[in-house]
Amino acid sequence: MTTKLFGEPVRRREDARLITGRGRYLDDIGPGALAAAFVRSPHAHARIADIDVDAALDVEGLVAIYTYEDLTGPMAEPLPVLIPHPQLHAPRTGYPLANGEVNHVGEPVVMVVAIDRYVAEDAAERILVGYEELPAVIGVDAASAATAAVHGDVPDNVAARHHQETGDVEPALAASPHTLSFTQYIERSAGMPMEGRGVHARWDADDGSLRVYTSTQASTSVRAAIAAKLELSLDEVEVVAPDVGGGFGVKIMHPWPEELLVPMAAIALGAEVKWAEDRREHFISSAHERQQKQEITVGFDDEGRLTALDAHIWHDNGAYTPYGIIVPIITATQLVGPYVIPVYRVVVESVYTNTVIVTPYRGAGRPQGCFAMERTMDRIADALGLDRAVVRERNLIQPDQFPYDHHLTFQDGRPVVYDSGDYPGLLEKLKALVGWDGVDALRDDAEARGKLLGVGMALYVEGTGPGPYEGGHVQVLGSGKVLVSTGLTTQGQGHETSFAQIVASELGVPIEDVEVTTGDTRRFPYAVGTFASRAAVMSGNAIALAARGVREKALRIAADVLEADPEDLEISDGVVQVRGTPGASIPLRTVAVLSNPLRYAFDEAAKQATQFAVQAKDDEPPVSPGDAPGLEHRDYYSPIRSTFASGAHAAIVEIDPATWEIDVVKYAVVHDCGNVVNPMIVEGQVHGGVAQGVGGALYERMAYDSDGQLQNASFMDFLMPYASEVPDVVIDHQQTPSPLNPLGIKGAGEAGVIPGSAALASAIEDAVGRRITSMPISPTELYDLVRDPSAERTAVAERRAGTGAMA
Amino acid sequence: MTVSVDTERTIRLTVNGVPREATVPVRRLLSDALRHDLGLTGTHVGCEHGVCGACTVLVDGAPVRSCLLLAVQVDGAEVRTVEGLARDDGRGGQVLHPVQEAFRECHALQCGFCTPGFLVTIAAGLEGREASAELTDEEIDEMVGGNLCRCTGYASIEKAVRHAAATMRDVQ
Repeated sequence: MTTKLFGEPVRRREDARLITGRGRYLDDIGPGALAAAFVRSPHAHARIADIDVDAALDVEGLVAIYTYEDLTGPMAEPLPVLIPHPQLHAPRTGYPLANGEVNHVGEPVVMVVAIDRYVAEDAAERILVGYEELPAVIGVDAASAATAAVHGDVPDNVAARHHQETGDVEPALAASPHTLSFTQYIERSAGMPMEGRGVHARWDADDGSLRVYTSTQASTSVRAAIAAKLELSLDEVEVVAPDVGGGFGVKIMHPWPEELLVPMAAIALGAEVKWAEDRREHFISSAHERQQKQEITVGFDDEGRLTALDAHIWHDNGAYTPYGIIVPIITATQLVGPYVIPVYRVVVESVYTNTVIVTPYRGAGRPQGCFAMERTMDRIADALGLDRAVVRERNLIQPDQFPYDHHLTFQDGRPVVYDSGDYPGLLEKLKALVGWDGVDALRDDAEARGKLLGVGMALYVEGTGPGPYEGGHVQVLGSGKVLVSTGLTTQGQGHETSFAQIVASELGVPIEDVEVTTGDTRRFPYAVGTFASRAAVMSGNAIALAARGVREKALRIAADVLEADPEDLEISDGVVQVRGTPGASIPLRTVAVLSNPLRYAFDEAAKQATQFAVQAKDDEPPVSPGDAPGLEHRDYYSPIRSTFASGAHAAIVEIDPATWEIDVVKYAVVHDCGNVVNPMIVEGQVHGGVAQGVGGALYERMAYDSDGQLQNASFMDFLMPYASEVPDVVIDHQQTPSPLNPLGIKGAGEAGVIPGSAALASAIEDAVGRRITSMPISPTELYDLVRDPSAERTAVAERRAGTGAMA
Repeated sequence: MTVSVDTERTIRLTVNGVPREATVPVRRLLSDALRHDLGLTGTHVGCEHGVCGACTVLVDGAPVRSCLLLAVQVDGAEVRTVEGLARDDGRGGQVLHPVQEAFRECHALQCGFCTPGFLVTIAAGLEGREASAELTDEEIDEMVGGNLCRCTGYASIEKAVRHAAATMRDVQ
């Protein structure tokens, strides 16, 4: 492979349209479409007594009103359980429109279609829904106490009990020189893309075809779901993800009710129908993630080496389980991080609450797993009086231990076998980058200024690029243009650029000639989706394989024309030439023309391939058996298992004991995602992830009250970081290529967010000397904690107090 | 009782240098009028309550949240949107504004949804200052600090402001 563009910080090709206002996001499509609006439940848990639409019928411009009663066939059945699992013993899903009961504030009850959104909302607010309230179950503790049930036939509120173990943990703990047990919490946040969800549908009654644009991370699967639910043949449905204004996981969940209802209305009304979610709708009806309670018992020896780990976790899955137990599985299996754990047992109870559903948000259970493991490391260090970095170092999987088998089963049903890595290398780089060994001097300096300074670190391993597969199609046109398509979708990751880099490098063509299309079922109908940091690994490799197929065919055809051995040919700058023989060459675009034997010359170039122009062999057909016309190739990449990226973060915080404001003065990242296609894009992913990690650690939470009302369902109250809240980030890289795929790459999309809460909790604990057992943490909560005489002081704080190093 | 849509008004305004006229319901937001009545979909709506800044446009040169203004309030005003940042090169093409160039050069956008709001805010900030003066961190905070971005973590946006300011200083 030529490496001209692979690995270069090529500027993004998608930017040209996005910086000039020429992007095409969902709500930019169909300016004349009818608009849908939804009446959503104002109660967390209630029976629907009646729905009175009379007052809405007088609204001028109203087109249609739909309730559950209007749903027929598969639409009247519960929404699919997308990822069934044997341990998900009580799966429950909602209906496209509520069927007699609502289980969270924001659940759709009525859909209104009108001439525009203003009118649709006018009508929606005139619809009266009578509710009989039921007791609301809010938070993991209420769910596991089970004094009330979310679903009447699931009295203990437990949807799934996910359980994995690698040995007999109890005797291992009993035999351990030391054990520690503790409980901690992590709160809900959400991906919160700047563009909410949205759907536009257009039905062509004449040819019986439906085109749906949706702001999704999984267009092929949305297509299949629409076909199934609306009883259409798959070939009658096209689904296109246009420019998507951020995903972060919430748009991998599908089919959202609106993705089915809007096409249903478009067909029924014979008109274009569109729904663009508003921000309040996004808060109360699109997915959240993260809330868990974790009870951990760890055994370790005098050196701080782990002997056994037992984790019992309660995971709040919200009102329904359409996405199965993926998040619990990821927490359970990624918790182990970069460490050797001789015996491990994990039980995750996935519990129902009367809140918005929980499906993956960037990190998808990994931040919680990392929080569990890394805070365990901090506890061991504190108990033994050891440096936190030293305890981690003693437990790391060593570079010569790969492939490393954790004897666990990952979210793709495949074994958790780490493919490659250098964790001691990460730790060493991190210590240097953050200045770990010089922090005491900083601490003294801060103390002199009246500030409390602390440092913390967290390491993680991230399973990336899970299967089952992705595909790629590469086609060279007679114009020289190279069309590339893959089925998975894009939400800002720059796939048009990185996939073009791969094709330009593999095929030897100028990147300017390459055009990439993602997430359009018309172009590539087989795909899984964009999640789990898998796009570069999966589609990147599939596209590379497709490009190699095109290259092979091009060389074969060119070899015929040039009367050379394909082995002696190379492609550079879009020209096939005999290596070392200037002049003996043929442009790739001509090869493309010749690859398609023609009868008709529709343009000048085509003349070269017509039947009287080509020197054909009379005893061979124009298209050889097994061959196909056209210079194109389709290929798939299906890995035996995930690749495992890794990284280490450290944060230095300074806390003002007057305000208890937490200032992150330094944030260091060491990142390893194997070979890198475009370092500029990878660095952008890291920065964005860190911002979400810091947001989740210090600012963001979904503040449900005990009635299940989301108290902060707006950007004024849900504190998403502005520039002023995001620290400067310093990044160092390490590259341990994956041996599992042709390009040697691992995923990079989610990494930045994973260790944020763990590293910052560690740093805050180090600064204030009080045990941090719940994240996120606000200045007010920190103030309350340090004022609470019963709050646990860390051993290191006691020791420092003894030496007078800290008040 | 028949519930009817609100009364309408015809407004005349200049958008990106072009005189435009639209008949809109009095309750229509400026953001919706720009996007749906005038077809300028480059301005995006991220929160509809004035916090995220994605819908920022320039009204008589000043950045405003177009989701917090009614269209009828800008009758007679001059509005500039992201579509109006680049200028014609006189040969049928466009010359990007330095801040647009800088966003591309510095990878200051990922999904691009918040980008138009940042671009017009920063463009107004840079055009409103003395180009030869040293750009301070406080100025950058002022230009970047009022808008939300969920993708970039802002570092690249801050870098782009410096980059654009340097370009504008050099071409002075």
